[in-house]
Amino acid sequence: MSMKMRALRIMLMIMLATLYGLSGVGDLARAEAEDSTPQIQRAAKVNTFNRLLKPPSERNLPPAEDGIHDPTSEGTYLLQSPREAFDSLPKSNSGNRVDWVKALEEKYIEPRFDRFDPEKKPMVFDLNIVREVKGSMPDVVYPHKQHTEWLDCSNCHPAIFIPQKGANQISMASILMGEMCGVCHGKVAFPVSECRKCHSQNKTAEAKN
Amino acid sequence: MWHRKVRTVALCAAFVSLLTTLVATGAHAEYGDVVINNYSDTAGMRPVVFPHWFHRVRFRCKVCHADIGFQFKAGGNDITMLKIIDGEFCGACHNGDIAWPVENCALCHSAPPGTPTQVHESTLQKLVSPDSSEPVSTKKPAEPAAATTSEK
Repeated sequence: MSMKMRALRIMLMIMLATLYGLSGVGDLARAEAEDSTPQIQRAAKVNTFNRLLKPPSERNLPPAEDGIHDPTSEGTYLLQSPREAFDSLPKSNSGNRVDWVKALEEKYIEPRFDRFDPEKKPMVFDLNIVREVKGSMPDVVYPHKQHTEWLDCSNCHPAIFIPQKGANQISMASILMGEMCGVCHGKVAFPVSECRKCHSQNKTAEAKN
Repeated sequence: MWHRKVRTVALCAAFVSLLTTLVATGAHAEYGDVVINNYSDTAGMRPVVFPHWFHRVRFRCKVCHADIGFQFKAGGNDITMLKIIDGEFCGACHNGDIAWPVENCALCHSAPPGTPTQVHESTLQKLVSPDSSEPVSTKKPAEPAAATTSEK
């Protein structure tokens, strides 16, 4: 009996420890574990710092811990961990926490432009489009250059953006709903939290008056 | 002896409460990870997780979204295994030539059963709403148009 119990206890302890490691709730949760009084647990849970944000410990987790891959599937354990891939890439403050444009510009990554031909190069189109915005935010500068490094003209024109000055009505509301720029930005390209990356040209003094 | 039993029970309770906490914290997957569950659940397979980050390290957007023809919409591409083995969609590369072949089912079909079609961490999914406190794996798609086909 005692041997069995001891084995059971050790097993439970290990599971407990692993789970704490996995959950990544941080120091607060670890403090909870040491003090098992239920009241403290409740208080700590509702009053955690930045409870709606993801702490650094929960970013770029390996597939088995990321909550979107099934940890009971053997395939999950063969997949690459994002942390391993992102380690050598330039960092950013949002999305995958990788500055993909810089990673491409500075050749940290060399993604193919053609799936068969590793030598094929994109036709980069260097034209900035300045869009004056109505509100107090700086005007938007849209660089074709960085976009044509990744994309083909047909990806955006004419389905998403009509290639004609003044023909496209763009609003932040539509972008947030996943239209216009929001087809990519806010899903896979840098998210809409990076206001200044697009609203990058301060209004001139005359324009303000 | 007796209080060992009590401690075991206490430990079990702690374990269960921990599991609940873990589930409630939801998913922490990558920005841009796409779950595709058009047919998987009904076919008795795990839904597919497509990691954008892994693919963009190796290919520019244009390769899949212009050359191969993937629409910019989660669930907006009518992908079936038949089309894949005929060289369409994922099958344009996952053919044992450019990338590993289709018989590695579990490498794509890797989401917990019942996970809805979604773009993980998309703007709408990240908006702070009562809805977003639920774990992603049981949540209805946050993208209102996730199940419809791509708009032109």
